Amino acid sequence: MLKNFLQMRLKGLVVLAVIVLLLPLFFNNPFHYDLATQIAIFAATVVGLNLLVGFAGQISLGHAGFFGVGAYFSAVMTGTYGWTPLPTMLVAAVVVALLAWLVGRPILKLKGHYLSMATLAMGFIIAIIINNEGWLTGGPDGMPVAPFSIFGWELSSFNQYSLFGIEFGGDVAWYFFAGFLLLVAVWIAENIIDSPIGRALRSVHGSEIAARVVGVDTSYYKSLVFVVSAVYASLMGSIYAHFSGFITPHLASFEQSIVLITMVVLGGMASTFGVILGAVVLKLLPQVLADFQELEMMMFGLILMLTMIFMPKGLFPTLQNKLAERKRKKSEEQA
Amino acid sequence: MFAEFIQYLFTGITIGATYALIALGFTLIYNSSHVINFAQGEFLMIGGMATVSFVGMGLPMPVSIVLAVLLAGVIGICLQRFAIAPAKKADVVTLIIITIGASIFIRGVAQLVWGKQYHVMQNFSTDEPILVLGAVLNSQSFWVVGIGAILVVALVLFFSRTMTGKAILATSMNKDAARLVGIRTQMVLMLAFMLSALLGSIAGIIVAPITFTSYDIGIMLGLKGFVAAALGGLGSGVGAIVGGLMLGIVEAMTAGYISSDYKDAVAFSMILIVLFFMPRGLFGSRVVERV
Repeated sequence: MLKNFLQMRLKGLVVLAVIVLLLPLFFNNPFHYDLATQIAIFAATVVGLNLLVGFAGQISLGHAGFFGVGAYFSAVMTGTYGWTPLPTMLVAAVVVALLAWLVGRPILKLKGHYLSMATLAMGFIIAIIINNEGWLTGGPDGMPVAPFSIFGWELSSFNQYSLFGIEFGGDVAWYFFAGFLLLVAVWIAENIIDSPIGRALRSVHGSEIAARVVGVDTSYYKSLVFVVSAVYASLMGSIYAHFSGFITPHLASFEQSIVLITMVVLGGMASTFGVILGAVVLKLLPQVLADFQELEMMMFGLILMLTMIFMPKGLFPTLQNKLAERKRKKSEEQA
Repeated sequence: MFAEFIQYLFTGITIGATYALIALGFTLIYNSSHVINFAQGEFLMIGGMATVSFVGMGLPMPVSIVLAVLLAGVIGICLQRFAIAPAKKADVVTLIIITIGASIFIRGVAQLVWGKQYHVMQNFSTDEPILVLGAVLNSQSFWVVGIGAILVVALVLFFSRTMTGKAILATSMNKDAARLVGIRTQMVLMLAFMLSALLGSIAGIIVAPITFTSYDIGIMLGLKGFVAAALGGLGSGVGAIVGGLMLGIVEAMTAGYISSDYKDAVAFSMILIVLFFMPRGLFGSRVVERV
């Protein structure tokens, strides 16, 4: 049973790794790499958010706030104060973890959707501060960010690199780095789901009262997973800042929080690979719809609405069910 | 000094009355379906924008207002019938995302029909400011507060005196029990969405001469209404009114005495403080859950 489960999980990761490796075969310009890198970063963010939404049944309407704190902390500290990127990123994550614990711990003792209100408020406050403290953050105009570096090795979209005699641009290097981070994010998330924390959370989703009766400290676990999801957002925010080289307060805005939560629900709550699909769809859709110009917003809303009405479980689980059903029918026919 | 205070207080009450109406709309839908309707703000936008364009077509103001309110009501019913009702088995989270999709859709259509620019609406009565205790007040403020008060009284009468109102109350208390005594709960849900759309559009129309109106005003106004509803205690009618007025007054005071850049931040900090210390809001009821 356990062996089976491990295999299944590994299979998912391997499939994802193969996709990440083979995708560049279809890319033929830097724009594709840029878009794919963005998708990977956002996918990793929502893999974290999914732990909260899909497994603790809570909604965060302020996750872009955490993303923004990570991005701006990295930008300001590496740019203005000359810190090195990697440690800065980790310090940012600790700051965000504390913030999330501070907000989440008292709120998550309550039953119901109070976290969504608290995170909504918190996200707005963060966005307002970033917008108004121009001396630090550049205000609404945004600010430039230094390139990422690991142990003195600089990773910039504009550099040229060579490995084993193969020459490639910084955009390609960034794509593979982001893809690698996505794999790590998925691997950690899958492990959390399968740990005692994950089991406790699933019991919360089943029946919170029953879980409490058998001695699961439900509010503690919910706060913990909220912190984890916030840390995911903060780390990916830092990464995104270094990748894009220029950030604006829009990253921390309410609209962005909505985009993140929509990725989770559209792709399929509680399904790690589903939310990755959600990130892909939500990032590609505007590219496709851009041709429609004025109609873009209307069509985006319409597609979002229709998908959720007809596939309330999300894209990925619905497709999975369809496939399973077809398989079953086939085997029935053969029998 | 004093005149300044009165000025801010009255500005606060005016915008607070609008928030209260939005919050009441939220409460109506939340009580009957547990959905947080993120499209609530769009009803305000529709109210204001439709009135402006009907007036632009040469219709008299009162006719335009009635038509705009009817339009919002129809859209409210459509929202429930075609977006919420078909997905009735879905999670609350999914329903919330559907309302977000609906609000983006409505905004997209509004942008197509009315363009992206700001639209100006005439005051209902005189443009002359009114002097009260040294403060200079916009005459439209009196309309906002007056109509807000009338609507609240009408709602109270509707819920306490009419069969339909009582049916809505019953459904929000216990859906299954309501169905058992013969209340058509789907009908009630539709009614709740319609009422909430009517309230929203009227709020949008009466406040439009003060704030102007454009296709995207709904987002922020809707969220403020949500904050007001949560402040008062999500699900409580009195709470929605008090929460709305409180939010409006605090915002106006912050903008006047501290900094208008941070007036929204104060509104959102208020909700965090209330959640930390009075998690059910100011008027929320204690919920006892039976297993």
